[in-house]
Amino acid sequence: MKIQHTIMIILLASVAFAQKYSGDEILDKVDEGMTAQTKIFVAKMIVHGRRGSRTIESKSWVQGTEKSFTEYLAPAREKGTKMLKLGDQLWTYSPQTDRIIKIAGHILRQSLMGSDLSYEDMMEDPHLNHIYTAQVTGEEMIADRPCWVLQLTAKTSHVAYHTRKIWVDKERFIILREYRFAKSGKLLKTTDITDVFQVDGRWYPKRILFKDQLRKGKGTEFILESIKFNSAIPSYLFSKATLRK
Amino acid sequence: MIRFLWKGLIRDRSRSLFPILIVMAGSFLTVFLYCWIGGVQNDMIWSNAAFQTGHVKIMSRAYAKEADQLPNDLALMGVDRLMRALKKDYPEMIWLPRIRFGGLLDIPDENMETRSQAPVMGLGIRLLDQKSPEREILNLKSALVRGRLPEKAGEVLISDMLANQLKIDPGRQATLISSTMFGSMAMANFMIVGTVRFGVTAMDRGALVADIGDVQNALDMNDAAGEIVGFFTDHIYRDKIALQMERTFNAKFSKENDEFSPQMIPLSQQNGLGEMLAMTQKASTFMISIFVFVMSIVLWNTGLMSSIRRYGEIGVRLAMGEAKGHVYRSLIYESLIIGFVGAFAGSVLGLAVSFYLQIHGVNFGALMKNSTILISEIMRARVTPASYFIGFVPGLFAPLIGTSISGIGIYKRQTCQLFKELEV
Repeated sequence: MKIQHTIMIILLASVAFAQKYSGDEILDKVDEGMTAQTKIFVAKMIVHGRRGSRTIESKSWVQGTEKSFTEYLAPAREKGTKMLKLGDQLWTYSPQTDRIIKIAGHILRQSLMGSDLSYEDMMEDPHLNHIYTAQVTGEEMIADRPCWVLQLTAKTSHVAYHTRKIWVDKERFIILREYRFAKSGKLLKTTDITDVFQVDGRWYPKRILFKDQLRKGKGTEFILESIKFNSAIPSYLFSKATLRK
Repeated sequence: MIRFLWKGLIRDRSRSLFPILIVMAGSFLTVFLYCWIGGVQNDMIWSNAAFQTGHVKIMSRAYAKEADQLPNDLALMGVDRLMRALKKDYPEMIWLPRIRFGGLLDIPDENMETRSQAPVMGLGIRLLDQKSPEREILNLKSALVRGRLPEKAGEVLISDMLANQLKIDPGRQATLISSTMFGSMAMANFMIVGTVRFGVTAMDRGALVADIGDVQNALDMNDAAGEIVGFFTDHIYRDKIALQMERTFNAKFSKENDEFSPQMIPLSQQNGLGEMLAMTQKASTFMISIFVFVMSIVLWNTGLMSSIRRYGEIGVRLAMGEAKGHVYRSLIYESLIIGFVGAFAGSVLGLAVSFYLQIHGVNFGALMKNSTILISEIMRARVTPASYFIGFVPGLFAPLIGTSISGIGIYKRQTCQLFKELEV
């Protein structure tokens, strides 16, 4: 009898907790954790292709949601390649050609450095609540963590993924799994966060496995080596001139 | 006897002119259509072979499955070793590694900023070697419109149509943006030294031809190539030999459980060319059969009409004691003379027109503006040794068959009835 009572209390508590937040409020909290005034991070990307794996290292400086600058550090062939995002525009610099090329049109849909991510993914507004409306559709356990399952539907048609399904950690407000769908309902990409860590009081993904469902291969692992929030970034960094330096 | 019959034919034109004209027209059509269909088929096969399929093509098994998408991440590795093995095992063939790739060609302005961009269909070939068979296979010297052929690394050719679209002349620097073998963005600077026009719309729309070494550097494909193409040295495709080669090569090198092992595919099993080859072969056979059949019917009819017209003559000849067999044979000889003259004249005319179209061709470029198939805009007839008798033999035998059938009527004539018939 005592056990039944306990289960009942837990169930009621979880329902009450779920009702405390709407889908959009959960999404707000997720966005809050993922964005900052500035971010400086060093990351490693392990691309598991059909012929083997290769590792790409990079350092990125991000200001808000509009500006970012990435410099590739390894392997030797990619070293010195830089990318600059200003609003909805993206430029890349290759030291081999000493050319700055604007990435636009269909190239945006191509793979970023051979990974399961596209340039379009890189350009995306990290504030999900700017582009999607959210609805809680259920609750599930992901890696022993209780999660809300949210269905996101795009507010406009000018987005790479019309709908998304995300699993949000109830306690840490961090996405642990994500499915991205085309307007037709076809599953395009999946994301699994396999490790998280706490920095400056916020939970942040440490290791993410991206998988483009339209590609053969074992996906791309994104490992965050280090991250600093809200450090000062000189404004000249976000200029095309810096790409050549 | 022949002289007698010849005189008869010359003096009585109604006996010879019409049948000769019919045989001539039939032989002409057969020779011309045979040469034209063969020529167009040959053009189509060669355009495909030269630019895409080779007479045989070797790719990795994985690449072959998705070849339309040019998946260079699945390209053949260890190409030098494979080339050595191919040259040793099949020395009668020309073996050439190639890389086909898609990308963007970016033209910078004076500040090295993007001035214009256009998509390109790239082809990496052995281009720098003056003696490279690629120069002959792709007919590069004739295809050159402006500038010159590349002489050193970093020099490329682009299609003249693309150069006009980008408003550039040879001597201009351009940046190729593509994907490396590992999927990263590839950027490489090239000097455009010439523009080409292959006469194949699918290539002329946006081709970039570069040396394979440059492409390997640009796309991070060291000792790798998307495909190795093989050509018979005389450039004539032989399906049986190609299929035999496919069997022996695949038995030796291709492994079903290794998607990156090489796989040879003959031309007839690529781009639906096998079906096309079989179809044109059937069409050709069908056309000649129809010709012989129709000609036989027409000449049988002519023979019958002639028999009716010459009813009296044959009757007199029989009444004078000429044997039926002799009369029948003389008609057969006559038909052979008619067949020979008509078939000869028709073949000569057909060959003359075919030779003209073999040299000059007919330009169908205006109809192929949006074509994506690899076919030459200028279609030509092709005169082969078979062209000399393909119309002559049926032309010779068609009147013979017609007369043989209609002439049987001679044997039905009753000698006792002859005078009664002649009275009428």
